Amino acid sequence: MNSQKVALADCNSFFCSCERVFQPQLMNRPVVVLSNNDGCVVSRTDEAKALGIQMGAPYFQIKDFCKRNNVAVFSSNYSLYGDLSRRIMKILAEWVPEMEVYSIDEAFLSFTGIKEEMLTDHAQKIRETLLQYTGIPVSIGIGPTKVLAKVANVVAKKNKLSTNCVYNLFENKNEDNILRKFPVEDIWGVGRKTAQKLSFHRIFTAYDLKYSNDKRIERTFTRPIRNIVKELRGQLCMELDLSAHDKKQIISSRSFGKPVFKMEDLQEAVAHHVSTAAEKLRKQKSIARAILVFIQTNAFKNTPQYHNSATITLLSGSSATNKLIKSAFCCLQEIYKTGYEYKKVGVIFMDLQKKSETQLDLFQMHDSAKDEVLMQVLDHVNATEGKSTLKFAACGIDPFWKMLSKMKSPNYSTRWGEIPKVNQ
Amino acid sequence: MTAVSLQKPENKKYKSKPFQNVQVPFYLTAVSCGFPSPAEDSLESPLDLNEHLISKPAATFFVRAKGESMIGAGIFDGDLLIIDRSRTPQSGNVVLAILDGEFTLKRFKKIKETVLLCPENEKFPPIKVNGNASFSIWGVAIHCIHKLT
Repeated sequence: MNSQKVALADCNSFFCSCERVFQPQLMNRPVVVLSNNDGCVVSRTDEAKALGIQMGAPYFQIKDFCKRNNVAVFSSNYSLYGDLSRRIMKILAEWVPEMEVYSIDEAFLSFTGIKEEMLTDHAQKIRETLLQYTGIPVSIGIGPTKVLAKVANVVAKKNKLSTNCVYNLFENKNEDNILRKFPVEDIWGVGRKTAQKLSFHRIFTAYDLKYSNDKRIERTFTRPIRNIVKELRGQLCMELDLSAHDKKQIISSRSFGKPVFKMEDLQEAVAHHVSTAAEKLRKQKSIARAILVFIQTNAFKNTPQYHNSATITLLSGSSATNKLIKSAFCCLQEIYKTGYEYKKVGVIFMDLQKKSETQLDLFQMHDSAKDEVLMQVLDHVNATEGKSTLKFAACGIDPFWKMLSKMKSPNYSTRWGEIPKVNQ
Repeated sequence: MTAVSLQKPENKKYKSKPFQNVQVPFYLTAVSCGFPSPAEDSLESPLDLNEHLISKPAATFFVRAKGESMIGAGIFDGDLLIIDRSRTPQSGNVVLAILDGEFTLKRFKKIKETVLLCPENEKFPPIKVNGNASFSIWGVAIHCIHKLT
């Protein structure tokens, strides 16, 4: 017996939609949002898609095209998107007994228990509420499994007008017609490489995969793919993951805007990454007991290549930025070599533990009371006055490698100084 | 955080010497002495302005007013407005509207099929929203916070 019902709510062009909430004049204009460092397109509205702008298109290639076609271009503003995402998830949680936040703009919702004839209606109400409360349009797909809910969601998104952004597979008597037109690489969980491999076996659509030979699939493919086949057949294999777990590791890294050679410059970047990661660490009330630092050159460039990493273990763990920076510098010291053109550096905090659960041995060192207070002040100032208002000098005053984000919108909903000004 | 300094062995004997650097965390719950406070049983949490001013935090945003057109409604240049998007706008509410892609703060009036955006200052005329204008309501203004000093 299978009475499970799963819905996938996915925001339409999420980053672009966030920008539109506070700039209503953009409502029918094409909008794109660029990745970190203004590298390439990561979000685009339907109008931008219609102009032929591809996902992932490098900005320098389409810059003139955007200007000519009146496309509004934004650097990514993760504070803004994060705040709207938090609101959306909070509202969704009021509508369903169980949900799994899958990404910044997607959540699986449990619709089990809702009468079949009410499903579409329920989804429409959720959609309307989200649009009214936050200004963000979402599409909702409903099916008996996660994979099918995702398929339904894609159908809803592709046919916004005819479906009014909700597509319910339970209402479709001929689900296979949809699957026949659904390319295998668009199935949730099928990567590009798997899709290639599937095509060798003459499996091109979701329909082909659904009715593929069990034995052959079992022989040639991994378990996740076998689960996808089952889910396409309506057997629920992937339960909703309801736990909101703390991160097991925290990573902060970024490519440089231009090549970096000097130790001091790398140190500044490392100090910056440690500061960012440590802030997250303290937010989840954890300490890190190991730090990994990695450096690498640009693999796409015809220059001498070098990449390496080092790890340091902190006996009793810490969440104090100053202490962590010192430890990270030790790692960097160990792996740094002169004469290379570095492209990327990053830090990973590992072996995280809840602060409240840490046990101290007699001679282990806690973060000192002084450090604790210092971190509290640091976090407080940066939370109220804006990121990086207060930072360690090791991070540098005006980092040359700083992220390019020339076209970032204000933090309309998270900073007092940047809230919208409205004419009366 | 409390810590007790221990002494490090020197010449294999324990000597008393201040400012040693081995710290041992000292975790003990506070020992209560004397009479308990008579107020303890009636402790309540402090008043929270958020709770008073905001009913739907997920749908609430802040904006700053610019201009003079709503002085009659007690909204002055620079005032902070709390906008609740979860409310359905009723005729008579002060709303943040979007008229032809621009934000505007006005009193929303609906008389039969006619929609009016009314300023509250004689110097400004009411705006009649005609059918082919693009018009929507972003949210309902529920409070205005005006600084007195």
